[in-house]
Amino acid sequence: MAARVIVTTSGKGGVGKTTSTANIAAALAKFGKKVVAVDADVGLRNLDVIMGLENRVVYNFIDVIEKTCKLAQALVKDKRVPGLYLLPAAQTRTKDAVNPEQMVALCEELKPDFDFILLDCPAGIEGGFKNAAAGADEALVVTTPEIPAVRDADRIIGMLESMGKSPIRLIINRLRPNMVQDGDMLAKDDILDVLSIDLIGVVPEDESVIRATNNGEPMTMTLDSPAAHAYLNIAERLLGRDVPLMDLESYATRGLVSKIKKFFSGKRNKR
Amino acid sequence: MDFLKKLFGGGTEGSGQKAKDRLRIVLIHDRTDISPQLLDSLRDEIVQVLTKYMDIDTQKIEIDLDRDEKAVALVANIPVLRIKRGSIEMQ
Ligand SMILES: Nc1ncnc2c1ncn2[C@@H]1O[C@H](COP(=O)(O)OP(=O)(O)OP(=O)(O)O)[C@@H](O)[C@H]1O
Ligand SMILES: [Mg+2]
Repeated sequence: MAARVIVTTSGKGGVGKTTSTANIAAALAKFGKKVVAVDADVGLRNLDVIMGLENRVVYNFIDVIEKTCKLAQALVKDKRVPGLYLLPAAQTRTKDAVNPEQMVALCEELKPDFDFILLDCPAGIEGGFKNAAAGADEALVVTTPEIPAVRDADRIIGMLESMGKSPIRLIINRLRPNMVQDGDMLAKDDILDVLSIDLIGVVPEDESVIRATNNGEPMTMTLDSPAAHAYLNIAERLLGRDVPLMDLESYATRGLVSKIKKFFSGKRNKR
Repeated sequence: MDFLKKLFGGGTEGSGQKAKDRLRIVLIHDRTDISPQLLDSLRDEIVQVLTKYMDIDTQKIEIDLDRDEKAVALVANIPVLRIKRGSIEMQ
């Protein structure tokens, strides 16, 4: 085995990097792959909580780098899905506790034992981002359909390109099909037009994300929700399978008026 | 509600279109926020290409990015001293 190393980035904070990393990692493991999700957000760790593994964290990857413990001791095995692991970040350290060379070395050490290494990157374009990106070959850029997020995604894509990451693919998160239909939100194609990179998936705004975080259980493990479905599709596309984009409109919960409107407008709304 | 909003709310254009237009301009500006070094090497290469076809006054070249609300243009003012003989036939 030699793992594919993929960094999840965004530029702008709070757009869904950690949510995406956790759900894609769990989905890949469900498809039978051996996956480690690495929390590269040193000092602001969250991946452990989103994956529901916070109580099992003993060591973190800084301990591994500083040789306080062995790599195997720091890895947290998820008991719910075979093949899923978490490598936690240190909560009480800062981003300066690591450098890019150490991240590269850490990924090299992980590579032989896994199919996928997913790096959950901190927001921003500084040290934390550069560390996480250094270890990766491929990148997933997360954005929401809003100007500030897309703008920052553009910046990050430029940096990832100049670092030679390839492929760099886009996740559009928190899309609201209703609003797009009403012309009140940037549509998928509007974003792809300006960013001109490949899309790997569109994740709708979905309450299950919050429920899953509350429960500490990535949606792709159990829940049957639109967002879970979207993340499963993204994982499949990462595996090279040709999965069509899901019809988000059919998930949209709309009132009677718009249903009638849709009925009368016939095929026009189909994309 | 929606159709009432559309009837009485004036413009037919949703805020999505406005976001799209603004985003486009913002990105044009961001991406053309280029360094003086880059502008210099751009200038050098333009000169290289042009001198194949004409003699230009390299001292008086002005190349800059012109930004306004709607768009960004690369504006170049390049004094031509002489078009080289044969450059027309080359096409
Ligand atoms: N598709 C979605 N639907 C609804 N809520 C979402 C969705 N995706 C993310 N969220 C919510 O957005 C918030 C931020 O998500 P998340 O922590 O994954 O972002 P992040 O990019 O990792 O943030 P940071 O930059 O702080 O690391 C969370 O509260 C999460 O529940
Ligand atoms: Mg995060």
